[in-house]
Amino acid sequence: MTAAATTHPQPEAASLPVRLLRSEHLVLLLSALYFLALAPFTPGFASVGNLGNLLSTLLPLFVAAMGQTVVLIVGGIDLSATSIIALCSITGAAVASGDQGWLAGSPLAVPAALAAMLAVGGLVGLFNGLAITRFRMPPFIVTLTTMMFFSGLAIWLTRSRNIGQLPAAFNALGGKTWLTLLLCLPLAAGAHFMLSRSVWGRWLYATGHNPRAALVSGVPVAGVVVSAYVVAGLLAAVAAVLYTGQAESGSPVLAQRLLLDIVGATVIGGASLFGGRGRILWTLCGVVFLKLIDNSLNLLDLSHFTIMMVKGGVILLAAMLDALRRRLG
Amino acid sequence: MLEFDAISKSFAHVRVLRDVSFAVRPGRTLGLVGENGAGKSTLMNILGGNVPPDSGRMRLQGQPYAPRGPLEAARRGIAFIHQELNLFPNLSIEENLFLTAFPRVGALPIIHRRALRERAAALLEQVGLNQPPGTAVERLPAGERQLVEIAKALSLEARLIIFDEPTTSLSAPEAGRLFGLMERLRQRGLSMIYISHTLADVLRLSDDIVVLRDGEVAGAGPREAFSVERLISLMVGRHLSQLYPARKPAERSAGPGAAPPVRLEVRGVTQPGVVRDIRFALRRGEVLGLAGLMGAGRSELARILFGLDPCARGQILLDGRPIQRESPRRRIRRGLAFLTEDRRDEGLCLEASVSDNIALVSLERHARPPLGLLDFDRLRRAVSGVRAAVRLTPTAREEAPVKTLSGGNQQKVVLAKWLLAMADPGVLILDEPTRGIDVGARHDLYQLILEAADRGAGVLAISSELEELLGICDRILVMSRGEIKDELTQPLFDRERILRAALAGGPAAAPLP
Repeated sequence: MTAAATTHPQPEAASLPVRLLRSEHLVLLLSALYFLALAPFTPGFASVGNLGNLLSTLLPLFVAAMGQTVVLIVGGIDLSATSIIALCSITGAAVASGDQGWLAGSPLAVPAALAAMLAVGGLVGLFNGLAITRFRMPPFIVTLTTMMFFSGLAIWLTRSRNIGQLPAAFNALGGKTWLTLLLCLPLAAGAHFMLSRSVWGRWLYATGHNPRAALVSGVPVAGVVVSAYVVAGLLAAVAAVLYTGQAESGSPVLAQRLLLDIVGATVIGGASLFGGRGRILWTLCGVVFLKLIDNSLNLLDLSHFTIMMVKGGVILLAAMLDALRRRLG
Repeated sequence: MLEFDAISKSFAHVRVLRDVSFAVRPGRTLGLVGENGAGKSTLMNILGGNVPPDSGRMRLQGQPYAPRGPLEAARRGIAFIHQELNLFPNLSIEENLFLTAFPRVGALPIIHRRALRERAAALLEQVGLNQPPGTAVERLPAGERQLVEIAKALSLEARLIIFDEPTTSLSAPEAGRLFGLMERLRQRGLSMIYISHTLADVLRLSDDIVVLRDGEVAGAGPREAFSVERLISLMVGRHLSQLYPARKPAERSAGPGAAPPVRLEVRGVTQPGVVRDIRFALRRGEVLGLAGLMGAGRSELARILFGLDPCARGQILLDGRPIQRESPRRRIRRGLAFLTEDRRDEGLCLEASVSDNIALVSLERHARPPLGLLDFDRLRRAVSGVRAAVRLTPTAREEAPVKTLSGGNQQKVVLAKWLLAMADPGVLILDEPTRGIDVGARHDLYQLILEAADRGAGVLAISSELEELLGICDRILVMSRGEIKDELTQPLFDRERILRAALAGGPAAAPLP
């Protein structure tokens, strides 16, 4: 019966377009082409100042997208990332702020703020993960509702006001690009190694490919899923540190509009919405590509809405590419 | 009605059908018998358009018939009633019946509910199913689902219906009802092919009988020319040695004096409605078969033993230690392995590579604390070692996604995964290890299973193909309705006795609370 179902694919002599579609470097290639094509026509696109600016807005997004990558690999999605960023932002500010913080002026203010932010991010991730594994709820609904709840909570707690007067050391983490880079590089390298070389990484991919087979093969599937959401929460907290430092104040609506960018950049990079596929380096490429579009269209003086339309279109194309890649195998 | 003319088919150099010719005459029922592997399924796959023949022709109602797919077969009026039904359990009977041709309100894309109900009711009356057409199929017992399937065939105006082992999951009254219906269909002039291992039924229902053996027609003629004894003598006579590797007798039975240690012991395992009071011991180096019909509780027992399904009472001991409270993960660590019935859903990560699949269970043993970074060199060596041991086809590259392999090679990947995990040969539970696998790969798999047993593993093998169990097992337990009904030891295997025990009615698996 199944003799017919198991067709043997022909040894492939794939054409150039098909090879390109399958290539891991497609997005990187597109980014380079895009940059080269637009640089001559876009005032200031290739200037050192602009590139530095690009880098500083790119890094926090990259950190948040790393978390999203981990969750997508395991076959889930984390829509609550932006609410975690907002909640962490006001938490950190509430601890460290110079005029209204609990530890205002204390030398422990900055480390305590960082620890509190990581704790909040990790706990929200833990909640997401447990709700998904214990109650077998779809990740989409769980994280959509946590997104709504925690965004609302952040605004309610602060009565929609920003918390300023943060210590300079705290602001420097996100504000000084070289320091941010110094923070992000080891983080990305660590994430890359854990995904590609550790047992945990392999478990993530296996669970994303086929959770039932993974369970039968002795993978602690529930634990792996929970760990993915916790890691995503922690990375969102790190992103919150960077965004808050850049804004120099804790804001309950920080990153409110970034959800599309976070999920979009990850998918553009090549992580699969169907689970089992994704890499830190791919996500980096996706972030670069999305930010290039963002930045160049800004420089061309296009309106916010036009930029949204273009970005939406690009992300849709990336999702289509994901589906196409699955079909091509 | 239908003629087969010199049909031949080979899979991977193994001839499955050789010059098969016979005809199904209009308005008559043809009984098709043969042992598993005789070529019945392949022939029906050719008829149904799932597989093209290598050579030979078919004619349907005088016209040439060469279906390119199952859809074309259905359009030409051929319907299959399988043991595994093709219904949507979540939809109602009427929706299942008219899924592809809903009656509509005029030309509007709106279902004409009343017409739907009336037509469905008429069809259900024809097949003698007394259920409201709006009932969800999942709420029907197996026998009634089958009637729905037959009603569907009638709604598509099928003129030739193939019944492939239709009674395996039916109770005796359900089977009786089916036979009555078949008789009515015959009187209405439908042609049927009836495939079954229950020879008395075949003799009772058929007008003509064809016996296949080793892919050839071993006998054909009107029913009157056959008896159960004659059918059996025509069916048997295969060369078992071709397919089933020989084991040295010394290894098979060490004699009662030196009984090897027990690896897996099951003491009174009971789960209400599933299995009742299962007791057996599996010894080192032993291949123990679980025979029985579909739904007898064999796969369910395997899942309980591996910890995937709950068990209310009883003890499971692995090498003397109780494991019934442990997770599958812990049981794997203790040396239990489970090759599931469903290779695609539970055996493999189809999108992942061959080597990733093989390594999956053994990752932790190839990692260094504290972060669990993998020792790739050691892992790669281990994977290619076991990959060679299972004789995976050389064209299957390590980084190729498993879904690109044939069924036989996929199953070898699953087996390789467990062989690698069980460095110390443990206990291997195999649920339908050769389902959907061509004859060539089967032989390899049997060889590998017996090799594992020779190295000291205990093997518990479940198969719906009795022949397979007879070919590789040292001992066979027969299950029916969730209980073990009989036990046979090599060389005293008796096909008739196994079938009798498997068919034994007896009380239901467990009294309903």
